[in-house]
Amino acid sequence: MNDTMSRYRTMTGHRLFWPAAVLFVMLAANTIYRPGFLSIELKDGHLYGTPIDILRLSAPLILVALGMTLVISTGGIDLSVGSLCAISGAIACMYISKQPDQNSVGVVVTALAMALGVSLVLGAWNGVLVAVIGIQPIIATLILMVAGRGLAQLITEGQIITINSEPYRAIGLGHALTLPLAIFIALAAALLVAAFTRRTALGMIIESVGGNAMASRLAGIRSGRVIFLVYVISAACAAVAGFMMTANVSSADGNAAGLWVELDAILAVVIGGTSLAGGRFFLSGTIIGALIIQTLTTTVYAMDISPQTSLLFKAVVVIAVCLIQAPAFRARFSRRRRNAPPPATIADKPKEQVPA
Amino acid sequence: MTTGTLTAGRTRFRLPRKQIPVLATLALLLVMYGIGVSQYTAFSNVQVIFNVFIDNGFLLVVAVGMTFVILTGGIDLSVGSVVAMTAMVSAALLQDGMPAALVLVIALLIGPTLGLLMGCVIHFFEIQPFIVTLAGMFFARGMCTFISGASIPITDGFWTSMSQERIGNPQGNFVSISVLIAFVVVVIAAYTLAYTRLGRNVYAIGGNPQSALLMGLPVGRTRIAVYTISGLCSAIGGILLSFYTLSGAPLIGVGMELDVIAAVVIGGTVLTGGAGYVFGTVLGVLVLGVIQTLITFDGSLNSWWTKIVIGGLLFAFILLQRLIGIRYK
Repeated sequence: MNDTMSRYRTMTGHRLFWPAAVLFVMLAANTIYRPGFLSIELKDGHLYGTPIDILRLSAPLILVALGMTLVISTGGIDLSVGSLCAISGAIACMYISKQPDQNSVGVVVTALAMALGVSLVLGAWNGVLVAVIGIQPIIATLILMVAGRGLAQLITEGQIITINSEPYRAIGLGHALTLPLAIFIALAAALLVAAFTRRTALGMIIESVGGNAMASRLAGIRSGRVIFLVYVISAACAAVAGFMMTANVSSADGNAAGLWVELDAILAVVIGGTSLAGGRFFLSGTIIGALIIQTLTTTVYAMDISPQTSLLFKAVVVIAVCLIQAPAFRARFSRRRRNAPPPATIADKPKEQVPA
Repeated sequence: MTTGTLTAGRTRFRLPRKQIPVLATLALLLVMYGIGVSQYTAFSNVQVIFNVFIDNGFLLVVAVGMTFVILTGGIDLSVGSVVAMTAMVSAALLQDGMPAALVLVIALLIGPTLGLLMGCVIHFFEIQPFIVTLAGMFFARGMCTFISGASIPITDGFWTSMSQERIGNPQGNFVSISVLIAFVVVVIAAYTLAYTRLGRNVYAIGGNPQSALLMGLPVGRTRIAVYTISGLCSAIGGILLSFYTLSGAPLIGVGMELDVIAAVVIGGTVLTGGAGYVFGTVLGVLVLGVIQTLITFDGSLNSWWTKIVIGGLLFAFILLQRLIGIRYK
């Protein structure tokens, strides 16, 4: 009895337990509501089905959220990712639309390289503002968030640029090994970031900078450079996400591309257990967070509720997940539990498991 | 600052350091107005200034509420959605034939209630304001479309008379009642911040919450109060917006929170909290308004230039604040 109790406690205490549980509950509720929800079928060598759709549509969000995780783990925040998505998509589509042969792979690669280059420069701009000039991250990136939308519209001249390029379209809708290509791109990015942060010292350095930038600098870490780096990585992730978003619809809209994706990304990161205060980050949690958000959106669409009203559900889920993970809320909850029959050993358990 | 008071001769011509960002904004505003007047003859008409107030009255009220929140070092992302929700609720209730007075009371209660709830979550559960108010933003925006997917026109007599009433002089220059309401809100807010206990607490918490707590100031109560105030200001802003547009639209005010934050920052309020004035916020809103007017007057510039210019201005002001900060630290 006592053993199962403690096992239950370690399980619920795991940082991924609650996000995963929420995801599981949502999938289960969907399956009950619509029995065909989890079915996947093979058509023309490609897999189709709602779960595949969720994975494919969440790919841009996962990318943006990965970069955001690193930024947030240094105690910063990057509000400009949505605008960066719009800018990168706009540049790529603009370049392709001007070329005579839109289907040429060379043209698409050049377009991607150009857009990525510009995004890196803009990421470096964010990095300089935060790391060198020392502006608060939220306001430093707000500048590019506001001005970036304008820049994207300036690039597309206020029009929606439509392109007809197969290779570019493949980024969003292409298939490889029966699965959508977008999933592989997101997976590759996740593995790359994970390898660089968890297999080298970089991750720990980022966390130490997030914990205390000054102390890490005194300990010999170039805090400024690390902070600069995470904003550039975030911009690169946002640029690739921007390619996917525009490739999905084969057009670039400076106004609507990546609108509010920064908020979704921040939510994904927070739902995944990374604290906005910085100092720790959980890439797997972020990915689950992004999947939760996309599942929620898909669910709401499937239930025939308007996209805007789906925000209501999002608000409820966000608050619920954040409350479950909040140390203060848990403390209150466990205190109430302590007054009830179970022995006192329970009381300090949740404290250790709370992400710092 | 103390060295300045000791050497008596130098103090006379020295700009007070705390007011420098505000004065810079004022100078910028005058320069922009000057450019407008020199370029376009119609710009010197007093009505142009009045129109800036008429078009941005609701923004002004919302920005005043945001100033309180930012002064404590917090942030409120929900304002734009709360404005839309208030306008939406009033439009829907009026459509159902509810008396105008009752609608006003209900509409004015929703914003503060949501603000109070968010403040409580922020304070008691120690979740970052950014996330809590983000959830509030989603909630309020979702409520808008939940009420109605399409925009609801307002035909109520009180609303239309408030919307069309012109207070002006015989030359034909006028302001709307909304502008007067906005002014009243600004004056009350400025008084509250400068001369009441609540105002001093707001500055103290923004300066250093730890010290404020150790000094025995009611940190929790004040923190909850500022989010409630911001909610109230958003609600008033929503009412003013419904006077202005005579309708409730579910997608109105999207991204307004960014304009508001930009206005507050341009007005010289520091995002880390503890320094700033309501007067600065008024100037910040005016700067945004004059930029829009200039772009409208020009005609050849597209609306996206507004965004780029606002972004550039934000950068310039933050850099200025930062430089002043470095120089005096």
